[in-house]
Amino acid sequence: MLPITTLHYLVVAAALFVLGVIGVLTRRNVVIVLMSIELILNAVNLNLVAFSRMWGNLHGQVFAIFVTVDAAAEAAVGLGILIAFFRNKETVNVDEIDLLKW
Amino acid sequence: MNPAMNSAVSTINAGMAPVATPWFFYVLAGLAVASGVAVITRRNAVHAALALIVTLLSVAGLYLMLYAPFVAGVQIIVYAGGIMVLFLFVIMLVNIERSSKERQFNRMWPVGLAAACALMALFVSAIAKGNKLFPDRGMTLPESSNTQQIAALLYGEAGKMGQYTFAFEIASLLLLVAILGAVIMTKKKI
Repeated sequence: MLPITTLHYLVVAAALFVLGVIGVLTRRNVVIVLMSIELILNAVNLNLVAFSRMWGNLHGQVFAIFVTVDAAAEAAVGLGILIAFFRNKETVNVDEIDLLKW
Repeated sequence: MNPAMNSAVSTINAGMAPVATPWFFYVLAGLAVASGVAVITRRNAVHAALALIVTLLSVAGLYLMLYAPFVAGVQIIVYAGGIMVLFLFVIMLVNIERSSKERQFNRMWPVGLAAACALMALFVSAIAKGNKLFPDRGMTLPESSNTQQIAALLYGEAGKMGQYTFAFEIASLLLLVAILGAVIMTKKKI
């Protein structure tokens, strides 16, 4: 059995990233779109930690923690917007959010 | 990287074989990708959230394989424990009964899928052409002092500011703004 290299982790992270992009671009439910964004941020985190191991220092892990902070802030604000939107229009579908569209 | 960390890395490198076998990696990676597929295909948002929790936990396992126990702990506590509870609360607040009976994919889904496939082709070609750029250096990071060294980078040590102390303060400001934004956004009348 081959030893696990950095490349293996990059392949997994690329797969998770593409899954997240598919979710963001095709789903209608806003909650699942936000979850897909979490998938994308996790793929980035996995890359950062894999490179941190490849170079043998901890800067990548510190960056992964900052990305986690960003994900928490994004989830809180995004879900707040979702609740405010649901109160006004009684829907959670992204293609019905078209007030600024002409 | 400071010299103390360098010497710590080299002493750990000297005599310690990794405990986890490749099978751990394949099981965790397969679980992460399979439940990632479930996240974007489930009709019921609660099922999608539970699948996302499985993905987050298996990615935390991959962090442990990469000698990053602190990041794995943060992943479990903040992501699986905090953010996903927030998601589940919001799913309970909004009306999922109705939205699970509606059309799940938007009208432009073939375009979105084509764009995602193009992105995947880009990743495949980049990884196939650039795989010499990612050599396996056989580096192992010290696991027992991992949290301590991350703290030294974030907070500084011996009275000096760390390399990321300023960025850390900015991050706490970002969290403060996010708290205020979430509270104001969900209030009925400001």
